Amino acid sequence: MASPDGTSPDGAAIEVRGLWKIFGPRADRVLGGPDAALGPDALREKTGCVAAVRDVGFAVRPGEVFVVMGLSGSGKSTLVRCLTRLIEPTAGEISISGEDVRAASPSRLRELRRHRVSMVFQHFGLLPHRKVVDNVAYGLEVQGVPRAGRHERAREILSLVGLDGFAEARPDELSGGMQQRVGLARALAVDPEVLLFDEPFSALDPLIRRDMQAEVVRLHREVGKTMVFITHDLSEALKLGERIAIMRAGSIVQVGTAEELVGAPADDYVADFVRDVPRGEVLSLRWIRRAPAPGERLDGPVLPAGTIIRDAVPAALESARPIRVVEDGEPTGVVDRLDILAAMAGRPPVPAVPPQRPSPGGPASGAGS
Amino acid sequence: MTSHAPPAPPVQASPPPLPRRAVRLPPWAPLLAGAAAATAAYLAFRGTATLPHDPEAAPFRIIGDVRAWADANRNQSPVFLFFVNYVRLFVGGLYDVLLTVLTAPGWAGLSGIATGIGLLAGGWRTGLLTALGFGSFGVLGVWEASVTTLALVLTAVLLSLAAGLPLGILAGHSARLRRLLDPVLDVMQIMPTFAYLAPMVLFFQIGPASAAVATMIYSVPPAIRITALAIRQVSPSAVEASVSLGATRGQTLRKVELPMARATIGLAVNQTIMMALSMVVIAALIAAPGLGSDIIRGLTRADVGVMLPAGLAIVVMAIVLDRVTSSAAARPPYGAARPGKARALSASRLRWLCAAAVALGGPALGRALPEEFPAGLVLRLAGPVNEAVDAVTFSWYDLTEAVRNLTTEALLNPLQTVLTSAPWWLVAAVVLAVAWRTGGPRPAAVAVGCLLATALIGLWQHTMETLTTVLVAVALTLLAGVLLGIAAARSPRFAAVQRPLLDAAQTMPAFVYLLPALALFGATRFTAVFASVIYAVPPVIRLVEDGVRNVSPAAVEAALSCGSTGWQLLWKVRLPMARRAILLAANQGIVMTLAMVVVGGLVGAGGLGYDVVSGFSQRADFGMGFAAGVATVLLGIMLDRITQGAGARPSPRTTTGKKRIA
Repeated sequence: MASPDGTSPDGAAIEVRGLWKIFGPRADRVLGGPDAALGPDALREKTGCVAAVRDVGFAVRPGEVFVVMGLSGSGKSTLVRCLTRLIEPTAGEISISGEDVRAASPSRLRELRRHRVSMVFQHFGLLPHRKVVDNVAYGLEVQGVPRAGRHERAREILSLVGLDGFAEARPDELSGGMQQRVGLARALAVDPEVLLFDEPFSALDPLIRRDMQAEVVRLHREVGKTMVFITHDLSEALKLGERIAIMRAGSIVQVGTAEELVGAPADDYVADFVRDVPRGEVLSLRWIRRAPAPGERLDGPVLPAGTIIRDAVPAALESARPIRVVEDGEPTGVVDRLDILAAMAGRPPVPAVPPQRPSPGGPASGAGS
Repeated sequence: MTSHAPPAPPVQASPPPLPRRAVRLPPWAPLLAGAAAATAAYLAFRGTATLPHDPEAAPFRIIGDVRAWADANRNQSPVFLFFVNYVRLFVGGLYDVLLTVLTAPGWAGLSGIATGIGLLAGGWRTGLLTALGFGSFGVLGVWEASVTTLALVLTAVLLSLAAGLPLGILAGHSARLRRLLDPVLDVMQIMPTFAYLAPMVLFFQIGPASAAVATMIYSVPPAIRITALAIRQVSPSAVEASVSLGATRGQTLRKVELPMARATIGLAVNQTIMMALSMVVIAALIAAPGLGSDIIRGLTRADVGVMLPAGLAIVVMAIVLDRVTSSAAARPPYGAARPGKARALSASRLRWLCAAAVALGGPALGRALPEEFPAGLVLRLAGPVNEAVDAVTFSWYDLTEAVRNLTTEALLNPLQTVLTSAPWWLVAAVVLAVAWRTGGPRPAAVAVGCLLATALIGLWQHTMETLTTVLVAVALTLLAGVLLGIAAARSPRFAAVQRPLLDAAQTMPAFVYLLPALALFGATRFTAVFASVIYAVPPVIRLVEDGVRNVSPAAVEAALSCGSTGWQLLWKVRLPMARRAILLAANQGIVMTLAMVVVGGLVGAGGLGYDVVSGFSQRADFGMGFAAGVATVLLGIMLDRITQGAGARPSPRTTTGKKRIA
């Protein structure tokens, strides 16, 4: 998209600027002073405070799936709770569809939570004393929707998430994956603009987790909500996220598409994270194209620069001649069989050439287009 | 043998020079030295600096004057006019209303309604139990007294819940309020029952209102504590989910927290009722009507025949109320319907119908039946029971006499002589040393402060007498409790036999334990010891059993795989790992024993308990009785600090602030 870091300030669904959350005594005093620059251990040693979120800023486009990824303790769950002030931030600006969340009165905030933003939790947070249908209808119930109306809506949503026929069951009669479908249905039932997911699948078995990830992808296609998805699982982040923010010790280290993170990690931490990602599955030809060597034949197959390396394999199999990589209708370089093999074997792009045609900002830019 | 020579030198060579080797003392040396020093000091200073009892001590006179002032100003002072008297009027009125409501349907009617409630709460078994229970009140000839007691219990419980549930909910939400309430509730829970009574008399005079307030104060701590616990146990992610959907605080409380905490709050209600029931009996000392007055009358006259029907009725009432409330609390949060939904629905409807039929049928039948419980059905127990008691005491005389004399001569008398003839500063120094060693400086300071305060209020000697009885009873309680607890933990069969007995024992109000003790041993100090041992042993057994059994299975498995024998496993693994539980059991045992020993003042235990009782019966002794109540509290706090410190010491308190930075 337009700006260098891939965000679009105009018409963002969620925009966060300079967000801080400091737990501990006299947190606001830490913020203004020099202590704010201390590392986590030094800060705790000196003030007894823990900075869970440090000066975080990002913007999420309407309809985008934005993934925040980090190890446990990196502050990602605190961050997502700050968005609707389930945890009160210490400082910063949050706007959701143009509304200033931090300035909202308690009743405005409730309205926001009731109609515009809803959340799916790691441990589901279902109410064991209520039937599934009443769990799903809970959000509508607190809004004051009459019983018949909210039940009708709840049943619609239940069939959307594939739980037809379970409306009268109790949550504890369902498996973990089904319980999380109920949690998902509860969040969808109020028809919010934004869905927040706090590690929703990390309590599930791997196979069920894969199903649920597919479910989220499907739902996103069908209902097209803006989603903020918290996870500690890189493969989940890569699978779901249009853009991914990597958090460490409360700060965002890098924001970008999967391709950008893998191809151009911002620092060793991110590089370490993405080391095991199969590069051939994530990177496109843009990352391995090179200037044609003198005497190389330039009549091979033509592929666009955005083609994933793996998908270029058939073309490379068919023809021994180097593939010509084209961007915006113009040739920008070539890729031969060796380049593809090296990339798929996980080696960094051997010649490490910047793209032939100088595009502003290097490989990190324009990858999402 | 040949291999002996080589390994020796390296071992000797390795440690650096150790000049201090001679100084290293075994860990028990300071203990031994302390004991020796205390003994020497006792022998040297015996008989000096004792504080003999003086019935005319200044603190007693001052308290007597305060009461005289209160009585004189009951209708003038604004404190009384605008607050105390209104409370008295309101509580008295509530009691009258409840009593009228309970009396109105007649015996058949009330039994019917109660049975209906039992049916609804716990099915036909509980319903039947309720019906039999209420029937037995009539058969025992104590119908009216039982209804009066029930009304008083209900009054106190309603007041307790009205205060305790909201406070508990607030405390569940606010850590600050919890920190504020905790020490207060701690003290309230270790206060022996007697201590509540005298201040009530001062403010509310004697009678049902005053008894209801005393009972309410006694029974409110579990209502607050368990409710707060219930609220805190609610899954935080369910609460968060509710808030994230825009629920107001009230909506989250009503729709999420209360329903999810229901079972535990039911337990709070159950505990409150059980506490109230046991207190209502003791409140008979300040003229609470009902079963308690029969029991007190029987106790003071050592007349088992008078007590027995009332005592049995109390036990039956305790069991019925316990079953009804605990099964109501334990019911699943929704109809127990899994496969056949329609059938279960109709079953629950059927149960409602039955309950309604019984509840309505009772009063309807009551019109046809005589208003009084038919005299022909009443068992006259007093005569035969007294004969039986006489026969038992006669035939077992040798045994009971031997047990009693042995304990009295071998334990009680020598210990009492030592404690009362030792100088006060020596006793204080020993308490300081022991508390310091078990709990550290702060508990030690509190313990010594409490001990010295008993001297200040003029009750040193009686406190020492009570302390004697408590120490002997505690020693016996712990001995019996630990042995039985270990036995139960080792043998599931033994545990299975013992468990229902313990359950029954823990439902019974404290006073009931005096009954068999009195029947067997007459009115002596040993009677109080015996009663407090059987009163305090069940929880000790249970705590020890759970502690020994809940030792990490991994550790047990590891020990077994090293080839430990059963006894090695017990001594080297289970007991050391169950240390906390055993110390907690000691703490519980001591607090309960103290409560019972004080009550034992009614059956010849003397000491503080007797002072309290005589404070209620003789106006001139009111000051002493009041002070004795305070002294029991001080003694309780002292013993609690000493033992609680020991339990808390091994692991530094882990305050895990719930921070979420995941």
